[in-house]
Amino acid sequence: MAGSIYKNTGSLSKMIIRRDRIRIPLWLVGIAFFTLIIPIAFDGMYSSQQERDTMAETMQNPAMTAMVGPGDLNNYTTGAMTTHQMLLFTAIVVGLMSILLVNRHTRADEEDGRIEMIRSLPVGRLSNVNAAILVLAATNVVLAFTTGFGLYALGIESMGLEGSLLYGAVLGVTGIFFTGVTAVFAQLSESSRGVVGYSIAVLLIAYLVRAVGDVSNEALSWLSPLGWVTQTEAYSANNWWPVLLMIGVSIILFILAGYLNAIRDLEAGFFPSRPGRKNATAFLQSPIGLAVRLQRTGTIAWAIGMLVMGLSYGSVLGDLETFFEGNEMLEQMLVAKEGYTLTEQFIPMLMIIMGILSTVPPVMAMVKLNSEEKKNRIEHLLSRAVSRTRLIGSYFIAAAVNGFIMISLAAIGLWSAGTAVMEDSFSFDTIYGAALVYYPAILVMIGAAVLLIGILPKLTSLIWLYVFYSFIVLYLGGLFQFPEWAGKLSPFGYIPQLPVEDMKWMPIIALTIMALVLVVFGFIGYKKRDIEG
Amino acid sequence: MTVLKVDNLTKRFGKFTALDGVNLEVKEGEVFGFIGPNGAGKSTTIRVLLGIIKATGGQVRIFSKDAWAEAVEIHKRIAYVPGDVNLWPNLTGGEVIDLFVKLRGGNNQSRREELIRKFDLDPTRKCRTYSKGNRQKVALVSAFSSDADLYILDEPTSGLDPLMEQVFQECVKDAKKAGKSVLLSSHILSEVEKLCDRVGIIRQGKIIETGSLSELRHLTRTNLLVETKQPLTSLNELKGVHDIEERDKDLSFQVDTEELDSVIKHLTQFGIVKLESTPPTLEDLFMRHYESKGAGGVS
Ligand SMILES: Nc1ncnc2c1ncn2[C@@H]1O[C@H](COP(=O)(O)OP(=O)(O)O)[C@@H](O)[C@H]1O
Ligand SMILES: [Mg+2]
Repeated sequence: MAGSIYKNTGSLSKMIIRRDRIRIPLWLVGIAFFTLIIPIAFDGMYSSQQERDTMAETMQNPAMTAMVGPGDLNNYTTGAMTTHQMLLFTAIVVGLMSILLVNRHTRADEEDGRIEMIRSLPVGRLSNVNAAILVLAATNVVLAFTTGFGLYALGIESMGLEGSLLYGAVLGVTGIFFTGVTAVFAQLSESSRGVVGYSIAVLLIAYLVRAVGDVSNEALSWLSPLGWVTQTEAYSANNWWPVLLMIGVSIILFILAGYLNAIRDLEAGFFPSRPGRKNATAFLQSPIGLAVRLQRTGTIAWAIGMLVMGLSYGSVLGDLETFFEGNEMLEQMLVAKEGYTLTEQFIPMLMIIMGILSTVPPVMAMVKLNSEEKKNRIEHLLSRAVSRTRLIGSYFIAAAVNGFIMISLAAIGLWSAGTAVMEDSFSFDTIYGAALVYYPAILVMIGAAVLLIGILPKLTSLIWLYVFYSFIVLYLGGLFQFPEWAGKLSPFGYIPQLPVEDMKWMPIIALTIMALVLVVFGFIGYKKRDIEG
Repeated sequence: MTVLKVDNLTKRFGKFTALDGVNLEVKEGEVFGFIGPNGAGKSTTIRVLLGIIKATGGQVRIFSKDAWAEAVEIHKRIAYVPGDVNLWPNLTGGEVIDLFVKLRGGNNQSRREELIRKFDLDPTRKCRTYSKGNRQKVALVSAFSSDADLYILDEPTSGLDPLMEQVFQECVKDAKKAGKSVLLSSHILSEVEKLCDRVGIIRQGKIIETGSLSELRHLTRTNLLVETKQPLTSLNELKGVHDIEERDKDLSFQVDTEELDSVIKHLTQFGIVKLESTPPTLEDLFMRHYESKGAGGVS
């Protein structure tokens, strides 16, 4: 009897693997490749200890600590450097992988009515959620071993077997931890969008709690699973206890997910779903209103997220000044450049991150048109008196406004928190201007999405590759010393770095025109092609 | 022998009572029709039967086992087809059928091939390219190629064309011939009439009538439309004739099914030019039910 709630878990696991036979390997290869290429690059670029120590010096500031976590800066070997600069970031990507894949096989399937057929067969009540957990746990174990042994196989002096295995293990258990988090939310929330939203919120809150904790109060970081990630100090102290801790918590989450699944109705959740309005508001009765309404919750969540991110970055600006005052050497090293304060020099770096992150929600809003099409819902609009240009135009306007709001909120957050903590604070215009110059680049990214939707709808997700590329090249570009042209392949590479550089209008105008051209071609393509679904 | 027994089943979603004391019984070897309008609670009842949602109150036993606690054991002998079949977009129809067959255990390859041919399904195509009807065929093929003892079919023909409905009806008849039991839900009375031995009628979460079709005859009226050479007289004096309406040369009225024979005999005396009959709809049936109970009309 006891076994019957798990019956056929094996067969369902096989089906999940069958369905994801391309998706899972793609994630694994991508993450492993990324993990292995970085230390090789570091080893080449910072080959002497002296060069690495210089790097360690530049990393020794609260803004960097908030971003990547604490590191072993006194003994900055290639291994320690890789852990410090890459581990947290990679762990987040692994967490994201687990969130998306678990949701895909739990609530998303259930919401679309596919689990109903499965559950009418002799399949246990918990079999599906267990199969999803099992496959994801296995995926993360494979990831742990491939990256672990892969890193060791690089043969870099400071990257021993234990450190390498720990590095891989941390990535793996982070994935397993977020498998558990997502499995629990898949029981609580009735919609798959809710599951992804709540799970990513946990990921972001974990990141922010750790950021604030690492800068101001170490105890706070202990509350965050991503804080545990950096506590492992792979390649230096090699602490294994956070790995065990994460496995322990994951098991509790798995049990909780199973329990909740066992007591609930199929397709029901625990979070209350409010009844909606009886009639559509006037706003909803237009394509643009519909586009906005369909994504309301997600947009609000992102807006809050951007504001909080701005606030968190702003809150470290005060510490930055104090820190520099006590460190003459670093002060000389960086100020040697120009007549700008050190804090000012950090602003452009924060702006790039905020600019690129502000691109994500508007591009999501644009790409939504494509997913609506795939689900055959666009037909309802096009078969009524809505032209295709009006439809795609509505989504574009919604996305463009969305991007403007996101970057503005991030800037406002940064400025408010900065003003609160700094003695000699920035003017609002300086910060807002430095952020807003990124808006044309955001428009170009939205435009690129429009073009893909219009001309190559099947390849629309390539836009995410472009966003990711922009992020890697421009944010991490400084670390890897990518060639100049690599940055110029992204619209973000043309933006003047206010307030350290002077305002240049040429690139701003050129990018805006570029965005318009992309949008127009996208519209034309959308008008001509077949609607699929 | 009773295959399925539902006693006083209630199901509430929050404050909303979807099922309010439902009683049902399906006997071995019978085809039981479960009819009711949209939103009456058919699918909810079936989901409780399948143990995928939990009853708020009452007892549900299938093969004398508890539907919630012993769902897995029960499902080994059940085949289910929902009205709205959703499948995995990147698997083919054939793959899905095999998966379902494998999950149940048992394997009847020749039956599978025969059904795929009969239903005219292309199993090599990905489910994302299937229409609603084709997805339904996938569920029907995997249901009828299994060796189940009880078939639970929830409005299984809503996406099928008339030709395929025929194939479906044959499948149900074959199952009955093989001594299997069938629970067939529908909101179309005529469909249920063709196949079912007994029916239960549900409305707003309550069973309002159960019995064999002949027992329910008193509830069904056939709608007739006639044109005769000589003017029809004394029709309103006949037993079992209702709602007479004149339309141009035609006359439309309803006849109690048990009086059909005598009414037709009466009509032939006047020389029939045209005679159209439409089967009673579910709405007609409700009308009758409330009339005979004296409980007022349908809201
Ligand atoms: N999960 C649910 N939450 C709230 N109400 C529900 C849920 N499922 C069904 N209902 C309601 O229960 C009633 C019966 O629905 P259903 O069983 O699907 O009807 P039928 O299959 O007879 O058309 C409907 O009013 C429906 O809105
Ligand atoms: Mg139904």
